[in-house]
Amino acid sequence: MIELAWLIPMLPFTGAVINGFFGSRMPKKTVGLIACLVMAGAFIISSSLFIKILSLPVDQRSIEVTYFTWIASGAFHLDIGFLIDPLSTLMIMVVTGVGLLIHIYSVGYMHEDKGFWRYFAYLNLFVFFMLMLVLGGNYLVMFLGWEGVGLCSFLLIGFWYEKKSASDAGKKAFVVNRIGDFGFVLGLFLLFWTLSSHGVTSLDYKTVFASLHHIDTATITVITLLLFVGATGKSAQLPLYVWLPDAMEGPTPVSALIHAATMVTAGVYMIARNNALYAMAPISGEVVAVVGICTALFAATIGLVQNDIKKVLAYSTVSQLGYMFAAVGLGAYTAGVFHLMTHAFFKGLMFLGSGSVIHAMGGEQDMRKMGGLHKHMKITSVTFIIGALAIAGMPPFSGFWSKDEILWEAFEKGHTIIWAMGLLTAFLTAFYMFRQVFMTFTGECRADRHTQEHLHESPKIMTVPLIILAILAAAGGIVGISFFEEGTAAHHFLSPVFEQGGHAAANVGGHVAQNGEALHGGMEAILMAVSVAAGLCGIFLAGLLYYAPLKKYAPSFWRPEVIAAAFKPVYALLYNKYYVDEMYDHIIVNPIKRFCGWCLSFDLGIIDGIVNGAAWTTRLWAWLLHKFDIYIIDGVINSAATFTGYNSGFWRRLQTGRLQNYALIFVIGLLIIVGSALLG
Amino acid sequence: MTAGMPILSILIFFPVIGALFILFVMNKERAEEIRWVALIISAVEFLISLYLPFTFDRHNAGFQWVEKTVWIKRFGMNYYLGADGVSMLLVLLTTFVTIVCVLASWRDISIKLKGYMSLLLLVETCSLGIFLSLDLFLFYIFWEAVLIPMVFIIGIWGGMRRLYSAMKFFIFTFVGSLFMLLGIIALYYYHGKMTGVYTFDTAILFNNPIAPDMQFWIFIAFFLGFAVKVPLFPLHTWLPDAHTEAPTAGSIVLAAVLLKLGTYGFLRFSLPLLPNASMSFAPLMMFISSVAIIYGALVTIAQKDMKKLVAYSSVSHMGFVMLGIFALNLEGLKGSLLQMVNHGISTGALFLMVGMIYERTHDRTIASYGGLFKPVPVYGTFFLITVLSSMGFPSTNGFIGELFVLLGTYKANWAYVIPAVIGVLLGAAYLLWLFQRVFLGEVLHPGAGAGAGRHPLKDLGLRETLTALSFAVLVFWIGICPRSILDVMEPSLNRIVRQVERNSKKAAENSASAVALVLSAENSYNPQNDPDVERGYQEHQEDYQKTKERRERDDDAQRQDGQPHNEEQWKRNQYPQGDNDPYGVKKSHDQPQN
Repeated sequence: MIELAWLIPMLPFTGAVINGFFGSRMPKKTVGLIACLVMAGAFIISSSLFIKILSLPVDQRSIEVTYFTWIASGAFHLDIGFLIDPLSTLMIMVVTGVGLLIHIYSVGYMHEDKGFWRYFAYLNLFVFFMLMLVLGGNYLVMFLGWEGVGLCSFLLIGFWYEKKSASDAGKKAFVVNRIGDFGFVLGLFLLFWTLSSHGVTSLDYKTVFASLHHIDTATITVITLLLFVGATGKSAQLPLYVWLPDAMEGPTPVSALIHAATMVTAGVYMIARNNALYAMAPISGEVVAVVGICTALFAATIGLVQNDIKKVLAYSTVSQLGYMFAAVGLGAYTAGVFHLMTHAFFKGLMFLGSGSVIHAMGGEQDMRKMGGLHKHMKITSVTFIIGALAIAGMPPFSGFWSKDEILWEAFEKGHTIIWAMGLLTAFLTAFYMFRQVFMTFTGECRADRHTQEHLHESPKIMTVPLIILAILAAAGGIVGISFFEEGTAAHHFLSPVFEQGGHAAANVGGHVAQNGEALHGGMEAILMAVSVAAGLCGIFLAGLLYYAPLKKYAPSFWRPEVIAAAFKPVYALLYNKYYVDEMYDHIIVNPIKRFCGWCLSFDLGIIDGIVNGAAWTTRLWAWLLHKFDIYIIDGVINSAATFTGYNSGFWRRLQTGRLQNYALIFVIGLLIIVGSALLG
Repeated sequence: MTAGMPILSILIFFPVIGALFILFVMNKERAEEIRWVALIISAVEFLISLYLPFTFDRHNAGFQWVEKTVWIKRFGMNYYLGADGVSMLLVLLTTFVTIVCVLASWRDISIKLKGYMSLLLLVETCSLGIFLSLDLFLFYIFWEAVLIPMVFIIGIWGGMRRLYSAMKFFIFTFVGSLFMLLGIIALYYYHGKMTGVYTFDTAILFNNPIAPDMQFWIFIAFFLGFAVKVPLFPLHTWLPDAHTEAPTAGSIVLAAVLLKLGTYGFLRFSLPLLPNASMSFAPLMMFISSVAIIYGALVTIAQKDMKKLVAYSSVSHMGFVMLGIFALNLEGLKGSLLQMVNHGISTGALFLMVGMIYERTHDRTIASYGGLFKPVPVYGTFFLITVLSSMGFPSTNGFIGELFVLLGTYKANWAYVIPAVIGVLLGAAYLLWLFQRVFLGEVLHPGAGAGAGRHPLKDLGLRETLTALSFAVLVFWIGICPRSILDVMEPSLNRIVRQVERNSKKAAENSASAVALVLSAENSYNPQNDPDVERGYQEHQEDYQKTKERRERDDDAQRQDGQPHNEEQWKRNQYPQGDNDPYGVKKSHDQPQN
């Protein structure tokens, strides 16, 4: 099976090429079929690879495959090759599995779009790059995927490029990601050169991880922090999260695949992959965890007041990604990756559900104009609620297991503040998610008559993926826990990958971990109960505000309008997303633009001015010299001529032509000569 | 040194013959015929240049296909041509770009077509002469000669301000070249005084570096000549004007070939001839280059005219090339040579793209466009590929080049990596912004009238698609298999790096001992007696030996498992005719022919 690994990314790539070149001339059915078939093929190979890896003994589960040498030059050697291990197989399962479902869903969702073939070409291309990212066996292949998914994200966010907001959002995503990549690239360089000064000239993960002992803690801290800057860009963490909410301009299945299930988790994957590095840099780990949990809380507060059905989901994605970073930052890689997987299920599900809603509503995304949709679209509504229960952390849905794992790890490792913030976020998450559920699916429909008449459940091609994802979102946690929890059937599936990281992290937090042992057991159950209670609380409070049957029990101050009015400045702050975009515009974008303008004026005015000034001065001199030439030099010559002329004119008078005059002068002259001779 | 055929001379002068043919034989009324003949001539020229990579001995670091005849014996001037990996790549770039230029002028140029095509071919001749000359005086002659056809191309077939731009271009670069001439003459005399051998022959000059204090002044003189051509900030202002006013093909050849002359000059002449000065100037040069990268990028962002935007982006990109050269290590040189080729491809393609749209609408203002992706999707796709290549997207050529420049820069001075990476970032910003403004958003283009899209633009025709496709193929070919190019340049660049090291030491010794290395007075220099040529030859032999061992190892491996382990084996398996010289043993080495 390992020999077929190259097919996993190449199948979607082939799909992209076929659809990209010939799609415009093929019927939509064929285009959709090709795109889905290549995904199905990739998924089948991925699954068999996964089973194959499971069947291997634990210590042989990491396999390197090399295909060809990409760059070889002196001290530098890079192959195109894959590293197949539990982490990467799990990631390809998620990417191809969820990807396949979203491809199928898209066939229904996009069936009226004129750019159908373009859409599937991009989507396949995206999957190709994403698979390169997670399968790549060295940092540069990862970087290839890393940039590639960014490009596809740019193309797909701006898919409806005729909308200015869509193309702006695409550009914003790419540029913000590039800012993150700035850090990422510097980190890679620092890593490479530090290692190469010790004779390690490869960027293969295995080689790099095996030679980390050469690097001192300070350097590795800088490296890991720089890599994390890249992750904040790609995975929408503070302060670079701003592109993700705007990215909702893309088609909804794209939001589900790229901006929820796969691409945005690349940062988490990257840190998990580099666990050996982060284990050596405890400070970086702390930074990652703190940034992650702050993002989680920050985004959750914004999510409270958004009215766009997709924007709520976008902020919740930012928030959930924050959870994952908190986990991997604390060294709880297994928990982080587990949450990555369950999040892919339930958030993919909810995005597709919202797509189904938008489809039914004829493109409307404002939840204030929805309501009562449960009557019209039962499958969408039930599956969406399953997703909401999962993200709210209700047992036994998948989100419960993974979120609880993260909170427990935080508590166990002694990071009580992070745990508390996580708990608060869990409460807020449950609140705004059910606010969304209640506003969308319950109560009276607030849409106009025309829209109401056209409300309908989506076709099977869209609902079947919803149902499958709902099953995964519901049961994925229970199945998953057997892979991620210790002492179960597939004992320590991921732990070989994280062994190095885990041990080092354990060493760092030495005594804390021992405390943890003592706490284990009863404490875990109590914490579980607390987090479930927080979630329930959130759901209940949302119900009091937005769910008709509960509303009447609410006290008079507990109404959306009343609260919004009472906390007007806070509400405005949240509603406007803390004015972060405006801040960036004022502090960064506009000054840069102005500075560019200055540079241009400098270039035209000063530098080119000097050049033109030199030319002008030369011409001035030429003119002056010309005048000098005419009036002075030529003047001297001409005056010499004139003088000679006058002069000769004067003397000409002697030349009278009369013989008598000549004879007279002759005689006078003769007399003078003779006289002077006689006198002398 | 192939059996007597003066391939390089043929390469240089074939376009002249073509130009004369067009000028004196062709009938000016039959425009279509002139176009086809020009195309055929440039295509044949390209085929001739393809002879080089097929006969190139990639393990030979020295000059190949050398031709050398005494020209003016009294002044030590020779007609001395030769190519190594560096020149060969630039020659191929030149011949390829010329075909593109002819194709790009197909409909663009209709007046005085005969003169235009002839001048285009003359530019090719002069550029090839520059890349292939190994005699400083010959080099200078070609260097100045290339200006003349170029100035006419801009001045006759250019835009509104063509005369201003042509004059500016001419005077600016001419003043620079005069300083260079001064430098060449100073080098000639100083070297003559030191050694008794008055010559412009680089084979001798490369091995007898002059005293470091004199190098200082000659470096400045060379710098003024080369930096103007690059163009390096702050000597760059001729570039946007010349580029903007030139016809499309003029811009392409200017960007792809003429801008390479400066950086080639630094690489080929400044470094080995003036090693000590290069080393002491390197920090300053790296600083100027980083300023150029960032400054160029910032000015580019503010542009409102497409062609000007592309023109200014060259300032930033060429800053990259300079940064790599003055990192003075193998990675940096590799990166900058690759970036020279890449810049030729991506910026050439960008000018081509801008030219294509200008041909249709006669408007280059970015704000006049929007949503072009809809009416012209094929054009948009090629534009996007070009943009990606120019901004260094992984899997395109730009990525590999930038990577190596950054690697080299890091090795030389890590601090300069930061401005360089910021430059890459800004590059992405202005290119994507350009793409977004022109191709995304509401459909809008000049001539569309009130109802946008009512007069849809025509998408690319066959000729245009093929031209654009050839660029796209190069972009991905270099991006995915960069080894095919990196391997060609490696030995030659390695040699330059070693020359710099060796010559800098030697120059210091020369000036310290003050003993002039007097060679035979009759100017009959024999490289066999020169210890340095011998040493270089030995180094070359060592390289050669290593390669041979590696191949033997591969051969053993192949015998065992039957799989090819390198390209040669693969080729041999494919074409199993008898090759009784599998290692190229009989091929000659690094010796100039007398």
